[in-house]
Amino acid sequence: MAYLDHAATTSMSPASSAALIAELGQLGNPSSLHEAGRRARRIVEESREQIAAALGARPGEVVFTAGGTEADNLALKGLYWSRSAADPRRRRILVSAVEHHAVLDTAQWLADHEGAELVLLPVDGIGRVQLARVRELLSVAPADVALLSCMWANNEVGTMQPIAELAELCLEFGIPFHSDAVQAVGQVPVEFRSGISALTISGHKLGGPVGIGALVVGRDVGLTPVLHGGGQERNVRSGTLATATIAGLAAAIGEAVDQMAARAAHLSNLRDLLVGQVLRVVPDAVLNGDPVLTPAARLPNNAHFSFSGCEGDALLLLLDAQGVQCSTGSACSAGVPQPSHVLLAMGVDSVQARGSLRFSLGMTSTPADIAELVAALPGAVDRARRAGVSTVGRTA
Amino acid sequence: MRVVAALSGGVDSAVAAARAVAAGHDVVAVHLALSRSPESHRVGARGCCTLEDARDARRIADVLGIPFYVWDMAEAFERTVISDFIAEYEAGRTPNPCVRCNEHIKFSAVLDRAIALGFDAVCTGHYAQVIAGPGGLTLHRGVDPEKDQSYVLAVLDPAKLVHVMLPIGGNTKSEIRAEAEQRGLLVAAKPDSHDICFIPDGDTAGWLRSRLGERPGQIVDVDGTVLGEHSGAYAFTVGQRRGLSLSRPSTDGEPRYVLGIEPVSGQVRVGSHDQLAVHRILATGPRWVGQVAEPGTRCLVQLRAHGTPVEAIIIESAPDLLVELTQPYFGVATGQTLVVYDGDRVVAGATIERVDQAIEVGGDR
Repeated sequence: MAYLDHAATTSMSPASSAALIAELGQLGNPSSLHEAGRRARRIVEESREQIAAALGARPGEVVFTAGGTEADNLALKGLYWSRSAADPRRRRILVSAVEHHAVLDTAQWLADHEGAELVLLPVDGIGRVQLARVRELLSVAPADVALLSCMWANNEVGTMQPIAELAELCLEFGIPFHSDAVQAVGQVPVEFRSGISALTISGHKLGGPVGIGALVVGRDVGLTPVLHGGGQERNVRSGTLATATIAGLAAAIGEAVDQMAARAAHLSNLRDLLVGQVLRVVPDAVLNGDPVLTPAARLPNNAHFSFSGCEGDALLLLLDAQGVQCSTGSACSAGVPQPSHVLLAMGVDSVQARGSLRFSLGMTSTPADIAELVAALPGAVDRARRAGVSTVGRTA
Repeated sequence: MRVVAALSGGVDSAVAAARAVAAGHDVVAVHLALSRSPESHRVGARGCCTLEDARDARRIADVLGIPFYVWDMAEAFERTVISDFIAEYEAGRTPNPCVRCNEHIKFSAVLDRAIALGFDAVCTGHYAQVIAGPGGLTLHRGVDPEKDQSYVLAVLDPAKLVHVMLPIGGNTKSEIRAEAEQRGLLVAAKPDSHDICFIPDGDTAGWLRSRLGERPGQIVDVDGTVLGEHSGAYAFTVGQRRGLSLSRPSTDGEPRYVLGIEPVSGQVRVGSHDQLAVHRILATGPRWVGQVAEPGTRCLVQLRAHGTPVEAIIIESAPDLLVELTQPYFGVATGQTLVVYDGDRVVAGATIERVDQAIEVGGDR
């Protein structure tokens, strides 16, 4: 069995699960004033400090959420509502064309229901936002811009985005900048630097529990709440704080950031092996994303290929039958295969886009996983090629 | 065998897949996404391709411990089944989309893909039976007369039957429900789907109106006297009695039935029940499940889904199928499938093209 889908979710680290389990048996609501509450509150606040330290943020800037999707929703809706309430001209939302659906669909919803104007920032052939175009789009009418959102690293093809430059641009134009760093934290340096207004993180992508994430929000950033209730988390995100998963998240982030260099080396060594081996056994496979395999250019755990003449779904089925688990891209398309919007935005044609697979590595990955893939892949590609792209929906 | 089990999310395909697993086959579940329209995902409780059905199908696969994939056949479904459905109604005929789906999707696109990917068979929850006899594989009615679906499978020739697994045709629906319950399949009590899956609210005329628009025309009697108006001939089927809303009653006080639809003018011809009587039927594109029947062969023919089979004699069997009914049959719609049976065995299926006088005036015979 070779699990090569760590970008979908990865194993919890022993430190994280120990922290989670230790807290699961404990009693106390962190908002309560009595002793049990104080005890839980201490865990939450220590976790908050640990997370803030790992990201170069202040503890008060960490807002816990139920995960990355909620944090993205809070960032986009919260920023848009707050900014447009302060100045009704601010209607434009600039987001990269390769965002995760948690950002893209939220922006689209704001356009459909809240009067926003959605502007997609184009990317080049390797999936990187084109800074010159961003500057043009910003400078047309900066006073009309509500926010700009661009992910730290792409979840499908692993391309790193020019975050520092985007942050500078947004500072220059005085525009809040949100970045979804769900895939990046723990693999590449992520800093809540000046120019970034909000940053999304998620537990289960970096060795923490699922169901916990955070939005790091600058202290001076206005954010309209999405969830109303008890007023927890600076009144921005109501809901009882989940002490156990917060402890698990802090342990995972702390560990991942402390050991980042070693982790990145482990992942990129395996990834380079995987890329080399895949291209050796299927010479006409095309590596999508940045061909420069350095952490500055591409996530160390990511490999993404197109196999011409194949349906990605057919490959996935055939590899699954051999115990090799991978993905055609983001797992969120409700099971109905759609060509990836990321690849389409990169200019890949829809047939090639549908013939693509993502292999993503984690800390538990080994060379044996890659050997399994390499053993199964040529046969699967052969068969999928014979099945072809045209058999799908072919009439008798 | 390596088997693709088509899981609709309903009880029949669930038990069929469970039986394939229990028989020791290497089974992979596939749910067909046949619609991309969000309406039929959300509105439809009666259709068979809602998101809820997809979730149920996935859950069944999980319970059975088999992999589950969604195969997107929406484009092919639109191109073959739905466009044929619309074109047929537009031509004044009454199509059977389940037959077309089995012909073009389930036992063609899906089967082809399964074979190409290294599978040996496609398993479905149809109430019909594939039986191995001395002359090869034959297709038979399911034992439950209420549920029998051999009619919509009469597009399967022996070459296809080799790759078709119909594990539940030997049981009644109530037995299948009981088995689903006993196997812990949570869809055991799910209601049957009756309607056309892509028209989840069951309003076929309304659906056709949304696709074809208003097409006003006249309702006339056999002499050509105008009896009323309609807003689209596609809302009518031969033999239909309700919904005619005629401005004047018939002279004899008897109810009026749709006798025929003239596609170009959109004229709907109505008449008495006696005038519905049909004696001869010409059906095109026959598919023989095994040997072609000799002219003169006595057989049973079924002229619509769940219709009562009637006795007939085959007059011609190639290239088209011409049958003479022993007794007149009242209300035969062109576009429907004519299925020839020998007892419970499916002999052939063909599409009804013309009846009685129209056969003579058709010009080619």
